[in-house]
Amino acid sequence: MKGIYAVFRKEISLYFVSPIAYVAVGAFLLLAGIFFQGILAEANEYAMRAAMQAMQYGTPLEIDIPGEVMRGFFGVTGTILLFVVPMLTMGAYAEERRRGTMELLMTSPVTDLEIVLGKYFAAISLFLIMLLPTAIQMVILFRASDPMPPWRIMLSGYLGVFLLGASLLAIGQFLSSLTESQIVAGIWTFLVFLMLWILDFIIRGSSSSVAGAVAQYVSILRHMNDFTRGVVDSSNLVYYVSMILLGLFLTLRSLDSMRWRRA
Amino acid sequence: MIEVEGLTKQYGAVRAVDEISFRVDKGEILGFLGPNGAGKTTTMRILTGFLPATSGTARVAGFDVFEKSLEVRRRIGYLPENPPIYPELSVQGYLDAVARLKQVPSDRRKARVDAAMEMARISDKRDELIKHLSRGYKQRVGLAQALVHDPEVIILDEPTVGLDPKQIIEVRHLIKGLAGNHTIILSTHILPEVSMTCDRVVIIHQGRIVANRPVNAGQDPGGEIVIVEIKPGSGGAPAAKALVERLAGVKRVEMQAADGNGRVQARIQCEPGRDLRSRIAAEVVGHGHELFELRASRVSLEEIFLQVTTQEAPDAAPAETAGTGAAT
Repeated sequence: MKGIYAVFRKEISLYFVSPIAYVAVGAFLLLAGIFFQGILAEANEYAMRAAMQAMQYGTPLEIDIPGEVMRGFFGVTGTILLFVVPMLTMGAYAEERRRGTMELLMTSPVTDLEIVLGKYFAAISLFLIMLLPTAIQMVILFRASDPMPPWRIMLSGYLGVFLLGASLLAIGQFLSSLTESQIVAGIWTFLVFLMLWILDFIIRGSSSSVAGAVAQYVSILRHMNDFTRGVVDSSNLVYYVSMILLGLFLTLRSLDSMRWRRA
Repeated sequence: MIEVEGLTKQYGAVRAVDEISFRVDKGEILGFLGPNGAGKTTTMRILTGFLPATSGTARVAGFDVFEKSLEVRRRIGYLPENPPIYPELSVQGYLDAVARLKQVPSDRRKARVDAAMEMARISDKRDELIKHLSRGYKQRVGLAQALVHDPEVIILDEPTVGLDPKQIIEVRHLIKGLAGNHTIILSTHILPEVSMTCDRVVIIHQGRIVANRPVNAGQDPGGEIVIVEIKPGSGGAPAAKALVERLAGVKRVEMQAADGNGRVQARIQCEPGRDLRSRIAAEVVGHGHELFELRASRVSLEEIFLQVTTQEAPDAAPAETAGTGAAT
């Protein structure tokens, strides 16, 4: 436990002086802001058109504008994460290996599991700090909506984004442990995430075939859709928790193999 | 304090460390001497719990390095060949982080960080970022890192490499000052380093120990090997050789002609513990040979080392590949 905290502290203090962390967080917030604005503008237009149609035909329309905005926003946030998370994780192990500080960690009286968890929790913390400012968007949305949208959707949306990000961080840290170059690690992570994204398009094309069904289950983005609609389905929870555990387990094995080969 | 028995490390087909055994007593400084790629780094990495051995055992402070790795790691300070530093951190921030990793209790942490900076003489740079420091200072930060948890055993891989002569002297002083309370292993490929800092030397070559003996630098080397240069009188060199060989305690005499001035050089090996220097001088002069030089040889540490390093030349290629596998 003390070992986890020691590794965690060290990671956090490095994040604070790392330009990459600032760039990643800045890029995330900028993109999230731009997309939020775009979604709002689109919703606005849609609402106006709907209002005009209602005037013409007199049919009362039932559209949940704030709900649509939130769904769009959380969906887009998930996509942005695919691009930002590789920046956050690429150095996690690769940079330690290149500098030889992996040797310091692995000859300190901390277990490999403590190293893996300390690093993972530090990345999760940075991720939460990164998500925090998006609360501003939520405040704007809640203040502009009448009646207020249900809290449930926002909370489950954030839960979905968090689980997606946590899974991507676990996978990204594992990929970082495979190489000594953080650039290589970053490219690999990005490619893997891109594959996961493309998988989503394959599903749309062939949802009926067996391959489509498999792809649908594997797709990391697809499992977030329910969350953005305010539905917390246990199968999605199981999926993300499994992804996180798998990533951490593989990282642990990777550290072990560093010892058996050499770092 | 450190007991190594039959330690072997195999990397695929390459045997980086081959059945080595040695021990280091408490308070001793052991020098690990050998050409690059001899297996020094690999052995040190096994001792620090970084790498597991293929076979054999190693114990530090009574704990097996594999079975009780965490106990061993708590007691070892380790400076790898490249100091394991985070360049973006300040010296103090870095040492504080290392102290946490090494599980220094929080009430002692500040004092230990200060003490380590004091010992490595970097207190004046405590607030500077490590990336702004010179190579020598970075090395000292690495040294402070190895001392911060006040370990019983300190393992230093090439601690003076890349330093300027003044810094080398400082680091040697520091290491000598640590002995007594700490047990130290340091590796080097520089012979004088061993004779200046270590109590005992293990020469390692191609994964095997080729010598393990005490070093007594500066002291009288004793008369175990005596080098004599004479100009033979009547009877010539053979007579002189026979004369010395007759002496009690002389084990072997090797003669070779010195360059062209009629002198001969003899290398006389005597039984350990017998100092025959004055006897030899008296015999040689008494029988009409002219004595030009007589000195005790520093028990052939140099010779062994030279032998080892020159042997490497013919089979340099395989040794080289073994080396990169072991040291990097």
